[in-house]
Amino acid sequence: MNPMQIKIDEARARGKMGLIPFLPAGFPDRERFWKELEQLDAAGAAVIEIGMPFSDPVADGPVVERASLKCLDDGVNLAWIFEGLKARKGRFRAALLLMGYLNPVYQYGLDTFAADCEAGGVSGLIVADMPYEESGFVKDALKPHGVSLVPLVGLNTTRERMALYADGAEGFCYFVSVLGTTGQRDALPARIKEKLAEAREVFDIPIALGFGIRRPEQVAPFAGLMDAAVFGSALIGHIEAGGTSAEFMAPWE
Amino acid sequence: MKKGYFGDFGGQFIPELLMPPLIELEEAMRTILPSEAFRTRFDQMLRENVGRPSIITHCPHLSRDLGLDLWLKREDLNHSGAHKINNTLGQGLLAKMMGKQVLLAETGAGMHGVATAVAAAMLDMKCVVYMGATDVVRQAPNVGRMRLMGAEVIPVESGTRTLKDAINAALRRWIADQENTHYCFGTAAGPHPFPTLVREFQQVISKEARQQFLDRNGRLPDVVVACVGGGSNAIGMFHHFVPDQSVRIVGVEAAGTGEPGCHNSAPLNLGSDGVLHGMLTKLLQTKDGQILPSHSVAAGLDYPGVGPEHAHLQAIGRVDYTTINDAQALNAFQVLSRREGIIPALESSHAVAYAIEHKDELQGKSVLICLSGRGDKDLGILDQIL
Ligand SMILES: Cc1ncc(COP(=O)(O)O)c(C=O)c1O
Repeated sequence: MNPMQIKIDEARARGKMGLIPFLPAGFPDRERFWKELEQLDAAGAAVIEIGMPFSDPVADGPVVERASLKCLDDGVNLAWIFEGLKARKGRFRAALLLMGYLNPVYQYGLDTFAADCEAGGVSGLIVADMPYEESGFVKDALKPHGVSLVPLVGLNTTRERMALYADGAEGFCYFVSVLGTTGQRDALPARIKEKLAEAREVFDIPIALGFGIRRPEQVAPFAGLMDAAVFGSALIGHIEAGGTSAEFMAPWE
Repeated sequence: MKKGYFGDFGGQFIPELLMPPLIELEEAMRTILPSEAFRTRFDQMLRENVGRPSIITHCPHLSRDLGLDLWLKREDLNHSGAHKINNTLGQGLLAKMMGKQVLLAETGAGMHGVATAVAAAMLDMKCVVYMGATDVVRQAPNVGRMRLMGAEVIPVESGTRTLKDAINAALRRWIADQENTHYCFGTAAGPHPFPTLVREFQQVISKEARQQFLDRNGRLPDVVVACVGGGSNAIGMFHHFVPDQSVRIVGVEAAGTGEPGCHNSAPLNLGSDGVLHGMLTKLLQTKDGQILPSHSVAAGLDYPGVGPEHAHLQAIGRVDYTTINDAQALNAFQVLSRREGIIPALESSHAVAYAIEHKDELQGKSVLICLSGRGDKDLGILDQIL
């Protein structure tokens, strides 16, 4: 079983929600990034999602975009990310997941990328700009290295398309809470409920809800329908305002 | 061939959340486009609102100066001053018949934004245009035109603040507003089905020009030329000439200042394979796959990618893609104005410059150039060149 699923299942077995914090690689700076990861890990993250910065992040809102562009300015690239991960291999209890856009991965070389994921202890990948129809060649490259492509579905994904994504999916299913980009929102749309229920039926892996999430109260109405929560912009905002990852995680544990 | 691909290029590299509107659009292309109701209304709009067919014009003085036989396909004479309106009226009518209320667009030079604003006003729809903050300044007259026609123009401050960032912003908006909004993409690029849809609306350029040239000269031109930004006027100008093996086809990209290593807008000449804005195509990028800032004196060519069909036509060797730099384009801008009394857009000036710079190899040849737009929007540049 993919380590991402194992970790989320463990949290569920303890009666908790699986926690999936997101930080762009190199945020808030290249040194502190690794310390934040350690804090997130110590605070009980099930999966840590690491953003691979891209110049043109169309699925992201202003907070993630700004943070990612700053990381790029600081010289963050895939080689730097994998170097750091390899040096720390085995030190994280949480499963590791890389998230980004196709082009940097494509230029790095898919086979090298997959091999480096394995060498760096990464068990999953999210490609924000790659729907099912285009994903075959990426899945093929990841498979021999035990890396799973995490499917993203949302409020406008039909049951038929969910079924395409569910076939052979491992790790967890990322359910996007809004028709929109990443970023904090005060309220989540009520119609999430029926769509989440549908995803539950179609997928036999854990379901994580993401986009716009900050506080546990926000997801309370959906507690029975989801297994994990992803938070990115809110965590970035908290760190930018001078807070620490540990503080941010506290209300969730 | 894989669906939505031109050879190895194209595809649908967009978030899953955008697949439903793209599938809906593909379905509408299948059902609405061929319908009698669409065809009749669209033909009427092209005749009575755009002024089609656009004429071809012989350039007697430049022909003599250069030692060749120079002709222009006059897309600059279309209502709103460029080829862009062929596409926006087509997509606008399609969107209207799909039941959409809002036309969303990105724009670089502002010509596509203006043409979308025209379509929205004509079809009684709402219009929202994203435009890079840099372009808002350098193409200010077009911002005024859009606003006058009721469009909401939103300056984009992120990234390089030009066309590519305007496309990012428009895609984000479309994710949120897909229910009532059609994204009226401005060039023959982006995710499938846009490259095919935009070509469908722009192929009228070569459909007319080929017949007009034949009627006038009794033969086909030796060379057909168009400037390439995202590639819509070029694919429109090339489409019906592609099967004519006797016709040499030339696409002209913008080289920027032309100095080695300068920012440019020539991904077919200077870029490499990559994925941006929904397509696998030629891109200007770093070795890490980050998209490079582009530059051209012509805002409408200032884009680090290109439509996938052009990448394919280059790969199979059917079309030659070459470059013209800022200074050569500015020279052509002045030469065509002075010698023929036609002020071309700076984008189109790149195509005209090709004939000027390559006159030696073109001696005695007939050359048909797509004059994609008029230059009124570019008069601000006069301070810099006169
Ligand atoms: C007059 C004119 N020509 C050409 C272009 C370039 O676009 P495309 O390559 O899609 O024809 C533009 C874009 O704004 C334009 O305004």
